Amino acid sequence: MKLSYDAVVIGAGIVGAACACELARAGMRMAIVEAQIIGGGATAAGMGHIVVMDDSPAQLALTQYSQSLWNELASQLPPNVEYDRCGTLWIAADDDEMQEVHRKQAVYAAAHVSTEILDAKALAEAEPNLRRPLAGALFVPSDAVIYPPCAAMYLVECAKQAGATLYLERAVAKAGKGRLVFSDGTEIFAASIIHATGASASRLMPHLPVRKRKGHLVITDRYPGFVRHQLVELGYLKSAHSTSSDSVAFNVQPRRTGQLLIGSSRQYNNEGTGVDQNILGAMLARAFDYIPSLQGLSSIRVWTGFRAATPDKLPLIGPTEDASVFLATGHEGLGITTSLATARLLTDHLLDRTPAISLAPYLPERFACEAAHA
Amino acid sequence: MTQHFDIVVVGGGPAGMAAAACAAEYGKPVVIVDDNLTLGGQIWRGKDIPAAARKWQARLDSVSAHVTRIHGARVFSQPVPGVLRAEQNGRYLDIAYRKLILATGARERFLPFPGWTLPNVVGAGGLQALVKSGLSVKGKHVVVAGSGPLLLAVAAYLQTHGAKVLAICEQAQFSRLLKFVHSIVTDSGKLRQALTYKMQTMSVPFYAGCYPVSAGGGKKFESVTLRQGKRAWTIACDYLACGFHLVPNTELAEFFGCRISNGKVAVDKWQQTSILDVYCAGEPTGIGGAELALVEGQIAGYAAAGQQDKAHSFFEERARRRKFAQLLEETFALDPALAQLPQDETLVCRCEDVPYSVLKHEPSWRAAKLHTRCGMGPCQGRICGTATEFIFGWTAGQVRPPIFPTPLSSLGAKPELIELQETR
Ligand SMILES: Cc1cc2nc3c(=O)[nH]c(=O)nc-3n(C[C@H](O)[C@H](O)[C@H](O)COP(=O)(O)OP(=O)(O)OC[C@H]3O[C@@H](n4cnc5c(N)ncnc54)[C@H](O)[C@@H]3O)c2cc1C
Ligand SMILES: Cc1cc2nc3c(=O)[nH]c(=O)nc-3n(C[C@H](O)[C@H](O)[C@H](O)COP(=O)(O)OP(=O)(O)OC[C@H]3O[C@@H](n4cnc5c(N)ncnc54)[C@H](O)[C@@H]3O)c2cc1C
Repeated sequence: MKLSYDAVVIGAGIVGAACACELARAGMRMAIVEAQIIGGGATAAGMGHIVVMDDSPAQLALTQYSQSLWNELASQLPPNVEYDRCGTLWIAADDDEMQEVHRKQAVYAAAHVSTEILDAKALAEAEPNLRRPLAGALFVPSDAVIYPPCAAMYLVECAKQAGATLYLERAVAKAGKGRLVFSDGTEIFAASIIHATGASASRLMPHLPVRKRKGHLVITDRYPGFVRHQLVELGYLKSAHSTSSDSVAFNVQPRRTGQLLIGSSRQYNNEGTGVDQNILGAMLARAFDYIPSLQGLSSIRVWTGFRAATPDKLPLIGPTEDASVFLATGHEGLGITTSLATARLLTDHLLDRTPAISLAPYLPERFACEAAHA
Repeated sequence: MTQHFDIVVVGGGPAGMAAAACAAEYGKPVVIVDDNLTLGGQIWRGKDIPAAARKWQARLDSVSAHVTRIHGARVFSQPVPGVLRAEQNGRYLDIAYRKLILATGARERFLPFPGWTLPNVVGAGGLQALVKSGLSVKGKHVVVAGSGPLLLAVAAYLQTHGAKVLAICEQAQFSRLLKFVHSIVTDSGKLRQALTYKMQTMSVPFYAGCYPVSAGGGKKFESVTLRQGKRAWTIACDYLACGFHLVPNTELAEFFGCRISNGKVAVDKWQQTSILDVYCAGEPTGIGGAELALVEGQIAGYAAAGQQDKAHSFFEERARRRKFAQLLEETFALDPALAQLPQDETLVCRCEDVPYSVLKHEPSWRAAKLHTRCGMGPCQGRICGTATEFIFGWTAGQVRPPIFPTPLSSLGAKPELIELQETR
């Protein structure tokens, strides 16, 4: 019998899971294929910070829209998703960075994201373990933290409840022209095929401008209340912006469990999963610089993960030259945040609905020339 | 600061002591690193140590010019190839090596059953260790349960320290035990030891094919329910000392990328692992007791020091003692019925409070870990990983640093640039 669907999503990371859920709820006959474990790719390696970012207007639009979707969903999320609207504190170390706080506040205000500026004293009260003196911070109360693998599980469950079929532990070897071939040679058919394979996207589609950008994270034992908000240095922007060299930034997240998740690092051209002691050391030194008392806390694990990076740091969402193939990848360090918006925009596109924000900046065709030359 | 040695031995039990002594006899600079305050490992602890222990201590002392001892230090990572990092009193030590001998021993296996997380339900070796470090069990009522030769040894030890042992419960069937005893008749040392323990626990009922099905009490442990065949009964007591034989500590070897086979570190005839210049001796290569650990330690020590002829002279003894290890494995293989003991609400991962009910639907260790947090706590899955391997047949995944929870300051420190100097 020929198995055919309206749409098949390849990959059950947070992005694929969100797409499957959204499409199934829109009434499509769906399947979702996962080679390994639901939420076991970058989704298991990431920090789970749902954060509005203003790197570019397109990034601001996407993160803000997606955050509003997470807000809508929050009350339905099961406890194991550990949704916690702890807010973000963007830390300014000096007066220069305080200027950046003001600039950022103006940008957020224009986009109707409410924020609050903390001076040095207010910051010290909000986060007593931070080093003193620091200049201040921008507080973004609507930012949140989740545990991504369970969020992916939840979204896959929702998709299944809306009728989607899950192919677990099945790898897609080839996909295109409405046909998917599994690694065991069996096939299924779909009017639309959505690639949500994260950082391994270019394995099925070699010309995609997606590179692996490695990151390290450290988790500690439980220290409830040690930090209360997601803390990010404003210098982080420099790190996330740089497109070439290795970089680290202070980024500490309180987990619901009382544990602290410490990041972050960015490296290209390092595709091994091993821990790089130099980058780990630099990353922790940065964290100790902001929170000296971190040094005595007990660490439990270090791990690494890969972000799917595109040249302009915006995801690839939408149609390709093959009319049956669509992309939902390239989310770099923001895929947890932007997964829900990605799913909604893609569904709007497939069903010809008017989207809440323009899909144009994320369309894969913006790299079409480069792909043709590659 | 980075210290340089030709040969680094991790673990100071019988295997590690023997390896260090033999390697040092040929003038190699050797360091032995152990996380306890004295050498001796799991077995040669406290004041009343056997003659063999004294002999090996003396042998190490006689080559002390070549042996550096680092106590109270736990190896937790390899910041760069060829360098181990250990944590000692909140600080770190970097130790550069040319050859490495892993002698990290074994730990008790715990299996979940209703009530196993109550206070005073402890490991069999665990309770013995507590008594060795000062806990008084005088007049206390204890049930010793689980599996392995350790049970008899612990029961005897507890009796001589004033405890009243009410029962010894061995999960292995009587027929297996009989075969075991029959096989060690030719080994006078082993037989004498077994008989001594048996004499010391003569008054204690011994049940084969018997295991705890639940531990009861409100907040405090009060009693244990045992099952033997169709019969089940409850005994009131102060402690349940329960351990299901031993499991090799293979994490460090796995971290180095050594091949693991059947839960044991795979080694060649020189005790070398699949990684060049990384050797392994003692319990990590298979549970075989202190005598086998000593022989393997000697072979590893001599081989690492380039004394293949000396190493070779121990092959015969090793072959003989490995038969005993094989016998242990067969005799104390776990009854599959033990996998049925946990109830839905029984915690399997006690660090993260993960009950059996949520685990039973998971397909693999990694999926369980990601979806339920099982194994994500401070024990890093050492307890629940071993249990779920038996219950569900899951195999644990990649070992990542730190091998033990470690202060962030030690984890992050940048290693010094190492220039290897020639030490001959
Ligand atoms: C260190 C680090 C920190 C991060 N922090 C954050 C953060 O705080 N906030 C945030 O929003 N984002 C963060 N991110 C980014 C975020 O984790 C990713 O953008 C997001 O998880 C991407 O999800 P995905 O579904 O696209 O990819 P993945 O989670 O990698 O999922 C892809 C899935 O596809 C499957 N797959 C691949 N190929 C095939 C095939 N051929 N057949 C079948 N299945 C296949 C894989 O098995 C995998 O499960 C971070 C990332 C890293 C590395
Ligand atoms: C709890 C327990 C109780 C036991 N009681 C008895 C008994 O009463 N009678 C008996 O005959 N046998 C007993 N045994 C068995 C006995 O321990 C072994 O047969 C014997 O000790 C094996 O020697 P070994 O050198 O291989 O390992 P061990 O003696 O276990 O030595 C390993 C050493 O390495 C250290 N170590 C491990 N990892 C690291 C690291 N990363 N960094 C630094 N140090 C490290 C450990 O702390 C330990 O000191 C017991 C075993 C256990 C686990």
